[in-house]
Amino acid sequence: MSRVTKFAARDPGPAARVAGFIAHLRQNGLRLGVAEAELAMAALVEVDASRPEDCRRALQAVCTGCKEEAERFGDLFNSYWMDMGRVRQKVIPALSQKSNEDVHSTRDAKGQDLGTAGRATAPDDKGDEAESEGTGRLIATKQRNFKRRDLRDLVRPEEIAEAQEIARRLGAALRDRRSRRRVAAQRGDRLHFRKIIRQSLSTGGEPLRLFRKRRPDRPRKIAALCDVSGSMTVYSKVFLAFLAGLMRADTAADAYLFHTRLVRITEALRDKDAMRAIGRMSLMADGFGGGSKIGPSLQRFANTYAKRFVDGRSVVLILSDGYDTEAAEVLSDALAKIRKRGCKIIWLNPLKGWTDYAPVAAGMAMALPYLDLFKAANTLGDLATLEQEFAAL
Amino acid sequence: MTWTSLKSRLAGAGYVASDDLAVALQLALTLGRPLLLEGAAGVGKTEIARTLSMIEDTRLIRLQCYEGLDASQAIYEWNYQRQLLSIRAAAESGETGKAVEDRIFSRSFLLERPLLAAITQAKAPVLLIDEIDRADEEFEAFLLEILSDFQVSIPELGTISAVTRPIVILTSNGTRDLSDALRRRCLYTYVEYPDRTTELAILKARCPEVEARLANQIVGFVQKLREEELEKTPGVAEMLDFAAALMGLGIADLTDDPAVLHSTLTTLLKTRTDQAQITREVASRLAGKAA
Repeated sequence: MSRVTKFAARDPGPAARVAGFIAHLRQNGLRLGVAEAELAMAALVEVDASRPEDCRRALQAVCTGCKEEAERFGDLFNSYWMDMGRVRQKVIPALSQKSNEDVHSTRDAKGQDLGTAGRATAPDDKGDEAESEGTGRLIATKQRNFKRRDLRDLVRPEEIAEAQEIARRLGAALRDRRSRRRVAAQRGDRLHFRKIIRQSLSTGGEPLRLFRKRRPDRPRKIAALCDVSGSMTVYSKVFLAFLAGLMRADTAADAYLFHTRLVRITEALRDKDAMRAIGRMSLMADGFGGGSKIGPSLQRFANTYAKRFVDGRSVVLILSDGYDTEAAEVLSDALAKIRKRGCKIIWLNPLKGWTDYAPVAAGMAMALPYLDLFKAANTLGDLATLEQEFAAL
Repeated sequence: MTWTSLKSRLAGAGYVASDDLAVALQLALTLGRPLLLEGAAGVGKTEIARTLSMIEDTRLIRLQCYEGLDASQAIYEWNYQRQLLSIRAAAESGETGKAVEDRIFSRSFLLERPLLAAITQAKAPVLLIDEIDRADEEFEAFLLEILSDFQVSIPELGTISAVTRPIVILTSNGTRDLSDALRRRCLYTYVEYPDRTTELAILKARCPEVEARLANQIVGFVQKLREEELEKTPGVAEMLDFAAALMGLGIADLTDDPAVLHSTLTTLLKTRTDQAQITREVASRLAGKAA
């Protein structure tokens, strides 16, 4: 119990501390309201408050809503309630700079080690590495870039707005696939005669209930994977703005970053505040501008997320220059695997815009047979012109 | 009742729950909130509802979600056939229109579907809404209404309020992200694959006749198998099938006969590529490591 946070003597009581904790979670991007604070209090009454683990479990059940949040919760809990024992945990820092009046802690609830490579970024044992997949807790590799880049310096809000418009148009070009066939639907535009007659048998030949049919929408889901390795630094600005725009324009889209590892950034990019979304993303993208392992990253994608999110109605959008430090076979295997799920694969390569470009990089050459569309893109303008091509897919 | 006693009661009924899950379940019971469980297929999400209904000695009402599930399948529907017959019979006996109408739109002509059934029970049942991620977002929206108010309005009858509040458990395999509104109303737990000791406890609870050494080997083998890159990772149910298969064949040691071990793998590996990947050699190597 030596690690428990010591609150100031004029602290108004447990209720305020819990409210402070909820504010702390909210600052770290969990979407919680007053109702959750109330529920959290009610939950704490039910458990033995002298046992921190029980409290953590109770608060976790109340305050988290998805796997990513559940995995981060332990660190956030410790940093607020347990920071007297110098437990140096990394938490995603609060993005607003003003001090929070609700937090009556003797130490800054944000933690103190934001600029250094903390526990979460240190080379770790194998087991932990597997566990932390996709949560933004990235593990060092030999090409790791120690400098932390703030992506907010790269992307401006106006660009996001512009990219959002382009992404919306591209998304619409990809998405609007209407079927010719009609299927039964509650609010269809035509009567479904066959079904009406068939069902009328059970009501003595009287067509008591009218069934309808319509042409169904067959929406396409977009999964975008963006390369943020060193060789892509120049183009990242455009692509990140595009990703941010895409996520805001299309609620079903999915976004990932990769360099030497793959991170899912969908949750972070859904943040209401566009710049805060980019900020959260930059914290997840530790190692930004380092080496690139396209093959293993895509392999990782094919084996994990693709199983859940990619199907025959998906479009996988890869934004990368194709310079891979791993064997080219890994990349082509990964693409073959993704391809087998029945999706379309589009590769946008910024280098393709150069006059004498030929896909000679081994990885790129091996990847070509699996691509439905291979195009140049290095400015937002280029992306906008792709609308026609996408529609033709 | 504390969460530890709930945990031991669950264990008594053959369900070994993790601490996180036990606390969340305890809170769901005391606070009357729905509990949302996410996790891979085969980690025991559905089973928890069944066990809970067993230890609470109450009914389990299950609503299996699918694409296109609508209100008439989930809440209520009028019994059209009976209504029609009733109208015909009334016409012959010369009953007046108003009386017939009152009669055919009464409770006895209403077919209760799971959600309506769940709120009209005398003793609070366990309501399991299975694989909510498969239902459309439209359905999610009216599920929200029922979960917050616990009442159903039927235009012809009026509003039916809950007699008792059911214990609601929702499960999701994560094929689609659920709406924030639904997540906010629920307590949440992510159910992981059990670790070695937990899984051993599950095997002991479910198949007490497996002797300790073989049980160790089985669990070790399945845990090793989960580390392999498979299309479909085997869950707890598959592990129990595997144990049952070995018991049925009278095998006392996994490393004894590679051929028999390989043939029993049909209980664990459910796709062709997985079966091709775990060859006889790989299987016996994993068995050797697990021992």
